[in-house]
Formats: sequence, structure tokens, C-alpha cells
Amino acid sequence: MEQDVLITGGSLNGACLALALARAGMRVAVIDPLSDAAQGVPDFDGRSYALAAASVKMLGVLGLWERIAPEAQPILDIRVGDGRPGEGAGPMTLHFDSRDLGEGPLGQMVEDRHLRAALLAALAEAPGIRRIRGAVAAQRTEPGRATVILEDGQTHSAPLLVGADGRRSGTARRAGIRRQVTDYRQTALVCAIGHERPHDGCAWQIFLPPGPLAILPLTGNRSSIVWSETAAQAAAIHALPDAQYLEVLRPRFGDFLGEIRLAGARHTYPLDMSVAESFTAERLALVGDAARGVHPVAGQGLNAGLRDVAALAEVLVEAARQGEDPGWPLVLDRYARWRRFDSGALTLATDGFNRLFSNDNPMLRLGRDLGLGLANAIPALRRGLMREAAGLSGDVPRLLQGRAL
Amino acid sequence: MSDASSSVDPQEIAKFEAMAAEWWDPHGKFKPLHMMNPCRLGYVTRQIAAEFGRDLNRPRALEGLRILDIGCGGGLLCEPLARLGATVTGADAAERNIPVAKLHAEQSGLEIDYRHTTAEAIAASGEKFDVVLAMEVVEHVADPQAFLSVCAQLLESGGLTVVSTLNRNPKSYLMAIIGAEHVMRWLPKGTHDWAKFITPDELSGFLETAGMVPVDRRGFVFNPLGWSWSLSERDLSVNYAIAARAG
Repeated sequence: MEQDVLITGGSLNGACLALALARAGMRVAVIDPLSDAAQGVPDFDGRSYALAAASVKMLGVLGLWERIAPEAQPILDIRVGDGRPGEGAGPMTLHFDSRDLGEGPLGQMVEDRHLRAALLAALAEAPGIRRIRGAVAAQRTEPGRATVILEDGQTHSAPLLVGADGRRSGTARRAGIRRQVTDYRQTALVCAIGHERPHDGCAWQIFLPPGPLAILPLTGNRSSIVWSETAAQAAAIHALPDAQYLEVLRPRFGDFLGEIRLAGARHTYPLDMSVAESFTAERLALVGDAARGVHPVAGQGLNAGLRDVAALAEVLVEAARQGEDPGWPLVLDRYARWRRFDSGALTLATDGFNRLFSNDNPMLRLGRDLGLGLANAIPALRRGLMREAAGLSGDVPRLLQGRAL
Repeated sequence: MSDASSSVDPQEIAKFEAMAAEWWDPHGKFKPLHMMNPCRLGYVTRQIAAEFGRDLNRPRALEGLRILDIGCGGGLLCEPLARLGATVTGADAAERNIPVAKLHAEQSGLEIDYRHTTAEAIAASGEKFDVVLAMEVVEHVADPQAFLSVCAQLLESGGLTVVSTLNRNPKSYLMAIIGAEHVMRWLPKGTHDWAKFITPDELSGFLETAGMVPVDRRGFVFNPLGWSWSLSERDLSVNYAIAARAG
């Protein structure tokens, strides 16, 4: 076998895993149907990520952050507020200030195109990574190895197969792993806007009855907007011309950033949660959305994926350093155990948060306003929530602590 | 002793032969050994790396070292060591273990020299190794001192041996016999004979008498909360290992 690990899906999580393993001396092959040209989008398409502080540390260890940093916008404050249509954010807001935590920015906003460009460049330079272009048609396991068969007939084998092929993971499906899918019957509308006044590095999460609205700072006087509406409403809004689209957005947004205009393409994403019933199977591990696709309400999708990647990389590298078979069931159990609790907590929290706030019941409104005010008044609680959002709590994998494997 | 040329007790071999086919099932009869294996493997690899100045962070860190694993069973230690680049010989007195181990190594794409033989027979041929492992073996041999003297003969000068076994005290009786064999049924009843368990000081003494210099001793401790094994410098009360250098 020419490689220790075979990864299906060379997008963000798959590429980061390949880099982490290769840096520790493991031999990796990445299979992806898309060419580099198709993956690397030179123009801004409106998509961006809110990277938690821990994720930024990990990208630093992988040699990616130095490439991305000049294009990234630090998140210095996070404000969480309750809102009502036409009024923007309510008076009770929870304020997280990075200066309270004293560990630098709470996170960084990175545009999709910059992250992908950095990853593609790093993959091309890294020794020990084979890149295979093709679509997987079938896969099988035998004693000692997993094998994938590509549509063009090529076969590739390794002791371990990793599925990093997204929320509709064919790798998971072919292994017989079922998924639990929750459809929120909501759709996220995503766009980038330019605005008159500076955002000062502050990210907003405003909970409106139809669903949350996130305003995430990009470089310059630009912000990324993620807002949720019922599926039917979202489709109608998405179909509007730009000017009318902005008319719908303005009252939800408020006027604290002055006049706004569109600064990139508009996207919609149906909000659902798709969780694999198992993160591992025979000679298989799942990472990222293939393991658990959460909707982008708190920008936690990529951060959770990077936590999978960091945990799996650490387990595999430690196993390799004592000569263990990377696809050995007891090695994969270490990964599954590490991620199980964390993922459960995240999906529950994101789900519960969204259900609690996507509601116009006056008692609930009062409760959450009091809750927000209370959390804001207690510095220890606020710092705890901040550490959680920054990915600095729990049993944190080494890469997310900024330490090399 | 039935055979003057061998320190292996034939009754002990028969017990393990019956279990051989199940070696590589992580959830089967050898589950307790599979659970403990990463811990003892970590100890063995780090002792070897420290003794021979190897960096385990590098691929194939043990390249060029000749390692003999006495009582190799299904190859639970041989395979990882071969994956780290070592030239590995696995010896087992139970004939049935050898084809099982060979088949599995082939499936894993590893080259390992498995032999149905005894430490005594290899020593008699004059063959020598950089590292000799005898993990969970001394408590099953008829004469531990004679066996460890043979291990010493098998070592190149400057070579290292790692020997693990069970301590003899009321706690080890409770854990290894009552706990592992009777309560948890991890091991078939009669797997171990408590009277054959050896204290760390006795084992050190045997190694020294055999002309070796003990360089490290370490306990393998089971943590019921995490359901896993870890190394301990202080707690050698049940499972433990001693590393010794050829004198």
C-alpha cells in the first residue's frame, strides 16, 4: 500500500487532515472529483467563515495562517441580542469583549476564496501527499485494508479510509452508516454587504422571530450576513432583484452601520442538521460535515470539522508513532470516544439556541432578555461562554492549542 | 519439568493453543490484551528508542534494529515494531499461533519472521538480537531464572531486554485471578497460577543473576473510570515491566 490514509474529499476538512498527517510524516492520498481550478475561486463569491480562535491556532501550526492572515478580519467583540422585525437589535445584549479574555481576538473572519487558495497552495507544496482526481464509485474492506474503486476503474488502498466528503457523504453511505436528518424548514440567506460606517471588528448575532441574523465583520467596511427565514419566505426573498432584497434586509439589520449595499453574490442554504449515526466503521472514520453537518447559525460548522480533524490527526499520529495500524478498531474507537460528547453538545446547543430564539412568545422573549442581561452581568459566566465560542474549553486536541503533533 | 532442553511448561502451551485462533479479534477473548497492548507497546517502543537513541517522531524510527519477541502469540507486538521499521522475529512455543500470526502479517503487508520454536533453541543456534522481549511470559515458564539467562544469551552486547509479568501480592491475586478470570471473565479460568507470579525485586534479581543491568521499571495500571491502561512509575502492584541492558 502506497499510503497510510486515504481521504475522500479534498475540500477544507480533508485538505487540513492531509496536511496535519503529512507534517507528522504519514503518507496520505486525497481523492477529489474537482480540479484545483474548480476549487479555487479567484473572485469573492460572498462566502466566508467565522474561525474560532482555536481553529486559527490550528491553521497556524499547519502553516496556513501566515498565508491567510493578511486577508483576515479579527473579531474583537461579539454581541448577542434579541430583536424584533423593523427594530434591529433590542436593548438587552450580551457583550463578549476579547479584551476580557486576554487571549487575542475571539476569532477571525476569513473569506472562502482566501482559505481555499491557501489550502491549495499548501497541498501542492507538502511532501507526502498524493492527490488523485476522480469520483469514487465503490469501496470495500478486506483484512488489513480499505479499497476505493474510482469511476475510471482505478483502485486505491490504505489501512484507513477517511470520509471528508460532506453532509451527503457517499463514503459514509457506502459503509452503511445511516444519518439522522433534522429539517428546520428554514433557509439561510447569505450575502456580503458594504456599509457606510466601520464595524470595529464586532460580530453581531441578533435573534429575530423567523430565525437568527448574524453580522460578521469582513476586512474594510464590509460584513458577511447570514439570516434565516422560513423556506418559502427565503425563496421569495432570494428571487427579488438586489435593490428589493436590500429593502427586505434593512429593517432586520437596523441602521447602526449606516447605508448598506451588496458586495458579492447572494446564496441560500437550506437549514438542516445531518448527523451520522456512527463516526467510524470498519477501516473508516468520518470528519467534518460527513460526520455531522450543523446549520451555520453560530458559524460552528467549519470549527467543529476542524475539531474532528485535530482529534483524528492526533489519534492517528500517536498510533503511528508506536507502530499501530491506523485502521485498527481500537485506534478508531479512541477518535469516536473523543468526538462523541463534544459533537452531541454542539448540535444540541446550536439546535436549542435556535429553537429558543426563533420564537415570538412574549414569556420566552422576557426570559431570554433576562437571560442575556444576566449572562452579561456575570463576568465568569461570560468568560466561560467566550472560551466555549473560541473553542478553548473541553479536552482540546493539541493542534487546536497551537501545538504541533 | 518434562523436557530438559526447554523451560516451557507443556500444560501452559496447551492452554494458549486453545485460544490462538482468536488473537486478532479486538472484541473477542483477547480483548483484555488488546486493551492493554497500546500501553505496553508505548512502554516498549519508548524504552527501545531511548536505549538506541532513536526519534519516534520520525517514520520507521526503529529501522535496522533486530528484535526478538518471545511468546509472540498472534503478533500483537511484532506487527507494530515491524511497522516502525525493525527487523522482527516472533517466536512462540505454541505451534498454532504461528500460522495465525503469519497470515495476519501478510494481510497487514508486513514482513515478520515467525517461528515455532523456543528461546532456548534460538540461543543454542548462536543467533543474537538488539532487543529481546518477553512480555507476560516469565509467569508461565517452569524456571524463570533459567529462562532469563537464556534471554541474556540472546542479546548482542549493548542490547536491551524488556520483561513484563504479574506481581505476587494479595492485590494481584484479587485483580488477576479473581477479577480477570472469575468476575470479568476476561481470561479463561486457570490462565494464571498465582504462585508463579514474581515480585519486581525478584525479577530484578533474576535479571542481574543472568548478567543484565535493570535500567527501568514501570507499572501498567488499569483505570476503571476511563476503561483504559496507563503507565505508572509508582504502582507496580499488579502488572509491571522491567527493562534491562545486556551487562
